[in-house]
Amino acid sequence: MTAPHTLTPAAPQRSPRARRWLAPTRRAATAVAMGAALCLAGASAWAAGTMRVAMTLSDIPVPNGQTDQGAEGMRFIGYTVFEALVAFDLSSADKASGLIPGLATEWKVNATDKTRWTFKLRPDVKFHDGSTFNAQAVVWNLDKLLNSQAEQFDPKQAAQGRNRIPTVKAYKVIDELTVEITTAEPEAQLPYQLAMVVMSSPAQWLALGKSWDNFIKKPSGTGPFKMETYVPRERAVLARNEAYWNKNRVPKLDKLVLLPVPDPSARVAALRSSQVDWVEAPPPDAIDSLKGAGFAVVSNVYPHVWPWHFSRLEGSPWNDIRVRKAANLAIDREGMKSLMGGMMVSAKGMVPPNSPWFGKPSFEVKYDVPAAKALMAQAGFSKDKPLKVRAIMSPSGSGQMQPQLMNELIQQNLVEIGIQVEFDTRDWNALLANWRAGAKDASTKGATSTNSSYYSQDPFTALIRHLDSGLVPPKGTNWGYYQDKEMDALFDGIRNEFDPKAQLVAIQKAHEKYVNDALFLFVAHDVAPRAMSKKVKGFVPAQNWFQDFTTISMDK
Amino acid sequence: MFTYLLKRLLYTVPIALAVTALCFSLVYLAPGDPLSAVLPSDASQEIIDIVKAQYGLDQPVFVQYWLWLKHALMGDLGQSISSGRPVADEIGKAIGNSLLLAGLASALAFTVGTVLGIFAGYRHGTATDRGLSALAIAGVSIPHYWLGIVLVAIFSARLNWLPAMGAGPEGSAGWSLEQVPYVVLPVLTLAAMPAGIVMRSVRALVAETLGRDFIVGLTAKGMGQAAIFRHLVKNIAPTTLAVLGVQLGYLMAGSILVETVFAWPGTGLLLNTAILQRDIPLLQGTIFVLAMFFVGLNLLVDMLQPLFDPRMKRT
Repeated sequence: MTAPHTLTPAAPQRSPRARRWLAPTRRAATAVAMGAALCLAGASAWAAGTMRVAMTLSDIPVPNGQTDQGAEGMRFIGYTVFEALVAFDLSSADKASGLIPGLATEWKVNATDKTRWTFKLRPDVKFHDGSTFNAQAVVWNLDKLLNSQAEQFDPKQAAQGRNRIPTVKAYKVIDELTVEITTAEPEAQLPYQLAMVVMSSPAQWLALGKSWDNFIKKPSGTGPFKMETYVPRERAVLARNEAYWNKNRVPKLDKLVLLPVPDPSARVAALRSSQVDWVEAPPPDAIDSLKGAGFAVVSNVYPHVWPWHFSRLEGSPWNDIRVRKAANLAIDREGMKSLMGGMMVSAKGMVPPNSPWFGKPSFEVKYDVPAAKALMAQAGFSKDKPLKVRAIMSPSGSGQMQPQLMNELIQQNLVEIGIQVEFDTRDWNALLANWRAGAKDASTKGATSTNSSYYSQDPFTALIRHLDSGLVPPKGTNWGYYQDKEMDALFDGIRNEFDPKAQLVAIQKAHEKYVNDALFLFVAHDVAPRAMSKKVKGFVPAQNWFQDFTTISMDK
Repeated sequence: MFTYLLKRLLYTVPIALAVTALCFSLVYLAPGDPLSAVLPSDASQEIIDIVKAQYGLDQPVFVQYWLWLKHALMGDLGQSISSGRPVADEIGKAIGNSLLLAGLASALAFTVGTVLGIFAGYRHGTATDRGLSALAIAGVSIPHYWLGIVLVAIFSARLNWLPAMGAGPEGSAGWSLEQVPYVVLPVLTLAAMPAGIVMRSVRALVAETLGRDFIVGLTAKGMGQAAIFRHLVKNIAPTTLAVLGVQLGYLMAGSILVETVFAWPGTGLLLNTAILQRDIPLLQGTIFVLAMFFVGLNLLVDMLQPLFDPRMKRT
């Protein structure tokens, strides 16, 4: 075993000639040291109470309200500067994150007409510009997304927010603090949908010449943070909103600095060199060394699933429940977890096992090769007489974790029970395009499964959109053209059940059918690793795509 | 000279057209949908159609190309799909940052490459020459993004001397002394390859020129080493300048990986973002501007060369 290298050797005695030769080197070293001192001086400008975050994004999410850049954009801008009528409970790391009152204090559906909802708004809420949040502001914001004739209609925000509230048909002011929203059909999921629609300040937009381009330079929402500086593609500085309506959630941080750093190694290097205090999604192979270097790596399961989505068109081998169940029993998920550096939770269904929506399915998704082989034998296949399938996958992509590694392990596992997988690897965008087009589309090229990870934060995105017979492409994303009247009835139950307890039971029943019929190949749930300096205190990793930054403080 | 310049300027027209056409074709040959990166993944077809129409992506490709070209000729490079900001503004901001890096890296590469190249040329065939040549080959051969990662690992992550990324504590807005440390590692990384190339070129030129008859003649006449050196420099300057010009162009266009590694807000990072997000207007605009920069730089070098070498006077 060799001694570790030291970077500070004792200075040896040198000859005058050597000193002459080394003089320029010393001057260079002095220059570098001066540079380092300057750098450190720059770093010290960030006083305690400022947290710098390296996001995975390549641009700062646009601070117009209904921001872009997906869930990460909503996490850092959408839910920090702005707020929705309904909020997610981000206060616990131990329980699934449900809905809580946000800018609305309560909501209820009309007892006789289930398409009419009343939302009571929170009083005494001010936008950052000092204007008052009220029912007119809610209607104005819905027009911003849905009414192309309204002067505040913003195509960019509409592109992001319109599909979040597909059933909203009409809305009106009842009084200063009451809004009525009407849906095209009964929709019990409306509160979940409205949790994704945030409110921008009408007064600020008006004061800035009715221009969204001007608004993003001085954005105004009701959130716990105010936008102080916005430099596109470089940085955003959010400052504490002292006047925030919820005194329990006034941020402890003075400032939250957001930096777009798309390269994973650059993010890790920035953390190691104390340039940032928090990095999103450190690469799995850096996690052990970061922990070893004294950084905290925080992770928690959240509503995400990494499955194989089966085609159910005629001729698909996945139409045989024995094959579907066998595949689910053949995957060594714990082995995969160890390959992933522990950064995953083994999937036993579409939602994580600890989710209240999981229910009590009779079929247990586990690693049981003999049972899988027996099912394959019943279906007429074995290792010597394998079933050949073609599977679409991507080499990378948002939420795709480590698709190459994971799929290759699945391929090895499946061949053991008599399923021979040939991969059709395509660019992430090409995979998404095919996912929207559906399994019938020519671009599927004979594949019978696709591997897209899914957001599953609400019952629609978690369950309904994948298997509702009315949502086959181009209307929706039932990629595999699954048709089942019993499942449709269960989905109708979720949509039409307005009592929270009964709605939970309806969701559980649908999920139980997902698992009992092995409708997907359930593989993994991501755990959203984040690496941070030990100075970061008070972060509670909620089981959600979004997080609460108001509880965080920085040690000096 | 005027006719020559006019001809060179006219040559840029087909080059520019070819660049834009090629860029358009490449973007459309790539799989996937340009809107995938900006719309939510579960956006309905209706929303996709609305947004496509807004950006003119529902038109046939050649119509899109013609519309873009028409606007580009009037200085309007369109709007970025991902950010919604004017492409010209995005490039205008990024190009200054890239020019700073490329300029400093070129200056460093030119100085180091020329000095070491002359030194090696004078000591042609010796151990010093072989050592310096090995250094030059290493500079040329080591992938610069890898060198960047190694430099970051040593000077940022391990020693904590220099920042690992970004253009400064306040970004690139308003340059100040505080930003100097942020420039050091990207410039060193970018300079390694052109320094190697300049050094190899200068070394070969010096070694060749020193063996030529006029140098032998000047030495025989008893001219001092300093005077001979001046003659030598005059002879190697035009070629060195041409090499440097090409390298500066490469640095502007080829810094995509280095700027990504250092999260440096220049044209390289912009290009990387545009590729990953399939932001067609941004991609086309950036490539177009960089290609024109490259063409303009070559033209400038061609114009400067006769100033150093009267034999190259254009007619």
